[in-house]
Amino acid sequence: MDTSPANSVNPGRQGQKPRISVAWSEFTITWIIRLCGWSAIFFVLAIFFFIFREAAPALFGGLDMTEFFTSPNWRPSSDVEPQYGIFALLVGSLLLTAIAMLVAMPLGLGAAVFISEFCGGKTKEVLKILVELLAAIPSVVWGFIGLMMLGPLITSWTSASVGVNLLNGGIIVALISLPLVVSIGEDALKAVPDSYREAAISLGASRWEVVYRVLFPAAKNGLLAALLLGVGRAIGETMAVLMCTGHAINIPKSLYDPMRTLTATIAAELGETVHGDLHYQALFAIGVVLFAITFVINLIADIIVKGIRNDKTA
Amino acid sequence: MNTHIKFDNVTVKYGSKTAMKNVSIDIPRNEIFGIVGPANSGKTTLLKCINRTLEFVSSASLTGTVSINGEDTSRIKNVYSLRRCVGIVFPLPVGLPLSIYDNVAYAPHLVGMRRGPELDAFVEKCLTQAMLWDEVKDRMHMLGTKLSGGQQQRLTLARALSHEPEILCLDEFSIAIDPVTTMKIEDVLVELKQEKTIIMVTNLVQQARRIADRTAFFNNSELVEVNDTETIFTNPENPMTSDYLTGAFG
Amino acid sequence: MTKQHNMLSLSQQTVNVFASTPLERRKLIRERIAKVFFSLVVAAMIIPVLLIIGYLFYRAWPVLSWSFIFDNPKDNMTAGGMWAPLVGTFYLAIISLMIDAPIGILAAIYLNEYAPDNWLTRTINLAVLNLAGVPSIVHGLFGVGAFVLFAGMGKSVIAASCTLAVMSLPVIITATREALASVPMSFREACWNMGATKWQTIRTIVLPNSLSGILTGVIFEICRTAGETAPILFTGVVFFTPVADTGLASVFPYAASDACMALQYHLFLLATQIRGVSETMQFGAAAVLISITLFINSVSITLRVYLRSRKKW
Repeated sequence: MDTSPANSVNPGRQGQKPRISVAWSEFTITWIIRLCGWSAIFFVLAIFFFIFREAAPALFGGLDMTEFFTSPNWRPSSDVEPQYGIFALLVGSLLLTAIAMLVAMPLGLGAAVFISEFCGGKTKEVLKILVELLAAIPSVVWGFIGLMMLGPLITSWTSASVGVNLLNGGIIVALISLPLVVSIGEDALKAVPDSYREAAISLGASRWEVVYRVLFPAAKNGLLAALLLGVGRAIGETMAVLMCTGHAINIPKSLYDPMRTLTATIAAELGETVHGDLHYQALFAIGVVLFAITFVINLIADIIVKGIRNDKTA
Repeated sequence: MNTHIKFDNVTVKYGSKTAMKNVSIDIPRNEIFGIVGPANSGKTTLLKCINRTLEFVSSASLTGTVSINGEDTSRIKNVYSLRRCVGIVFPLPVGLPLSIYDNVAYAPHLVGMRRGPELDAFVEKCLTQAMLWDEVKDRMHMLGTKLSGGQQQRLTLARALSHEPEILCLDEFSIAIDPVTTMKIEDVLVELKQEKTIIMVTNLVQQARRIADRTAFFNNSELVEVNDTETIFTNPENPMTSDYLTGAFG
Repeated sequence: MTKQHNMLSLSQQTVNVFASTPLERRKLIRERIAKVFFSLVVAAMIIPVLLIIGYLFYRAWPVLSWSFIFDNPKDNMTAGGMWAPLVGTFYLAIISLMIDAPIGILAAIYLNEYAPDNWLTRTINLAVLNLAGVPSIVHGLFGVGAFVLFAGMGKSVIAASCTLAVMSLPVIITATREALASVPMSFREACWNMGATKWQTIRTIVLPNSLSGILTGVIFEICRTAGETAPILFTGVVFFTPVADTGLASVFPYAASDACMALQYHLFLLATQIRGVSETMQFGAAAVLISITLFINSVSITLRVYLRSRKKW
């Protein structure tokens, strides 16, 4: 009897599902899954499209682009002559990020080294949980902490006249970025093969020597990625910065000067604008700038991480 | 010879590496067909061609024709029913993270068989044929992954039998099983060949001698020789064959 | 005399091979210093944070009570409780979850189970990474442009939830992918060999065994959504909207097209925009918000530890 596989209907089975409906439902569900998979690209493009759409009139004519990027005067509500220069805001964002990273990187990497290399078992679990809980604190709460707790500390311990300033924002954003740096740093160290450690130890190296002679060089790409992603996080932080850096739109001349970042400006002013007027469009233009900055940072970080993977497989 | 499976000049490549080169072979119906040869000679690849699981390896490419009952397998529309006609057991034991009962009932569920006395009897039959029933009949609810390696391997065999395939492929199945159980399973295979065609890839040359009706010798991705088991062991045509079978290499 | 002399010189000649050299002693000291230094670094990180949180609860203590949670804000926010904002936060978190959990889980299934190794997949991975890196205020701008204006939702719960959903998508995708990847490939192959389709295999073996990882990702996402303020600033929250004090309407106060209050925004208002609010009240709001997020996160961590101990393979 010719029992060709295509026709065989295993004899004795009741309630057999018709082959056609199985094929159709598989086809449908595969396409739904595929579309969901492609949705990430769709959303990124959509984000860019929609903020660009609102900013477009300003970007193409409404604003002088050179003035936009180079002038430190951001005075959109001036009766005399509204000015839309983001230079001071840009400098503010960059300085804040720099200070935050100066604090967060050593602390974060030190913690990552400790968790990864110097402690074991239970302590490791507990510390990792603590870092996760740290990451769970919302940025509004951090802003509140900066405003109500760190601010008074700063005015009483330093010569600052106002508690909300660059220093305050820098420290708070550092604390916000810390868990990210710790976890990515830890991943980077974990990715270094144990054989490296074992080889170094068998040559007589102490644990600390293993860390700075073997692990740091081997993990440098991952650690660089940790830095970049921390920078991305710091530049993008909004609420905490809004609450603890003050309201002065100037290029800060010292740590104790109040200042403004790109993100805080949008959050503070969008509510007061009328849909469609130049101020509104200019704020969306700042959004485009922010999107571009973080896009580039993420791209570089991704290339660096891929560099590790290619090295490993080579 | 009543050919069940036919390979016609089949070449399989994984990227630039050749796994099987110009293999033409006729596998007869209702016999135990043994395949022997050193490691990396293309034996496992041959089994993957039969049930088209080669498609899951992204770098794999196949030229030539594999046909079952005269029908080209690459043209079969419903590849899932093709896979149900081929039972396959790989060297590493795999217990699914389901109860033992559900492990064996998985394939019947896929074709719509409901829970009931008929399914219970069928599960028992598969486990008995795989020489596992006596050991697990009192703990059918236990997770398949918690069994020992040898038990998981027999569970894999029971799963392979559970979709009533016409073709049963075994790839070095006895690696994880003790010799006594292996012999018992070999007896079951000899019985099963009346209903099924059995292809047995083995590293144990003596196993092929014991139960295979025909034996093929593969070396270096190529088919070297294929003949009746008795002939190939006593009077092989190719000197490489006799070298391998007597243990001079491999 | 000579014998003793000989014995002395013999013992002087025996050298202990394992005695530490000066170099090794220095290394040991450096190692200890390093260990102490790093533990101080970790302590410098953790202790201030614990102190901060402790101080926060200490300042909030006088106002924390059941009525603080279940009463609505009164007297222009200077008195009363947190009920309306709490409900608002809850709604935003749940609705955004209902939107992005299906999409995120299916997207992760695509990336882990179906996606071929080509440029499109690499682009999708890059897109997920970028989505995660976009600043929260830019998500807010996107929400205004896409949902409030273009889709015509207006400033509403649904617009804010959609914005939060897009923001949290990468979190769900990444957590689900890790959960799916932890299921061994051999299980899938065993099912394919029995004639199961890819989706049947996913539905019966892969998904059920990834549920714990997916759940932890989902819970973590709820936690983040409950805390984010920037995306909802212009897409759905308002300073005040009347909410019933009792009865069913106090539990279901908002229609999808209404704007709502939210705890994270409420805290911001109390701290920066409203006059006459006592500091205790502000600390109280902060304490409630931080308690919620820490609680949800702890649930997620406990769940993860518990499920890991019950591993099926």
